[in-house]
Amino acid sequence: MDILKDKVALITGCNRGIGKEILYRFAQEGAVVYSVARVEGSLDKSAKELSEKFGSKIIPLYFDVRETDKAKDALINIKKQSGRLDILVNNAGVMKDALIGMIDKPLMKDIFDVNVFAVINMIQLAYKLMSRQKSGSIINLSSIVGIEGNAGQMVYSASKGAVAALTKTSAKELAPLNIRVNAIAPGMIDTDMFRSIGEEKVEEHLSNIKIGRLGTPTDIANAAVFLGSDLSSYITGQILGVDGEALV
Amino acid sequence: MTNLEKYNKTFTETLGISEDELQGLEYQGISQWDSVGHMGLVSAIEDEFDIMMDTDDIIDFSSYEKGKEILKKYDVEL
Repeated sequence: MDILKDKVALITGCNRGIGKEILYRFAQEGAVVYSVARVEGSLDKSAKELSEKFGSKIIPLYFDVRETDKAKDALINIKKQSGRLDILVNNAGVMKDALIGMIDKPLMKDIFDVNVFAVINMIQLAYKLMSRQKSGSIINLSSIVGIEGNAGQMVYSASKGAVAALTKTSAKELAPLNIRVNAIAPGMIDTDMFRSIGEEKVEEHLSNIKIGRLGTPTDIANAAVFLGSDLSSYITGQILGVDGEALV
Repeated sequence: MTNLEKYNKTFTETLGISEDELQGLEYQGISQWDSVGHMGLVSAIEDEFDIMMDTDDIIDFSSYEKGKEILKKYDVEL
């Protein structure tokens, strides 16, 4: 399978969980991937392994998505090295829970800086390259709780709801330039982040998933491959739930 | 072609105006330089001088003269 062959992609938050799997699937499908993580050197080994395994070009980039200057430098480098950007996956995100009455400003700022403001910034930067080539696919990671809400996650769910809203708006604005913008709204996905809520709560959530299992990072990565590929060339402004019919 | 000639060309070609209309030209001062024309003009300038303008500068780019000042920040001397 090579449905992303030679497409140039930028994926944020590649060091673990869903982002790591999206990187893997994009490499498997033949994309040239600029993979972003915060910790210097943390992707070097996996990038080398994926390059050798699939013959794809994987270029690690290290910056915090909140650092607008470094994000800009990254896009300038992509323009110089590859001359284009076909796919942007805004995957990097943070999840911090707090009950109403215990939500302070730093918590709000932390979550919105990464989950919303950095996403807007990355879209604006990607637009610069994609608007010139009159094509592109932007994939944002929303969440089932951004659509349905969830007790204890007012700020996180608000940030993911914002991602859904900005996805729809940017899709309308960028469609005339043949730039598609979609979001994936994962349900309960079996990652370290999800498991951190505790085994008892995991079991409780499991009983609320009609398909009978937690989602896997591969389930989300496959959706990202589809939205990044030309198979979805007429799909934009959509929030694709990948949740096994979960109830929150 | 000098940098000033290149700068002028981005305006005349993107906005479809002549060089003698450039002095005193302001954003939204003519119908072609609306918000859509602005983004096209920014793209043309970025391509011409191989730069990537910051969002603050794109917003601040309010006139033909102001654009010259902004370009200095990117080491483009006109």
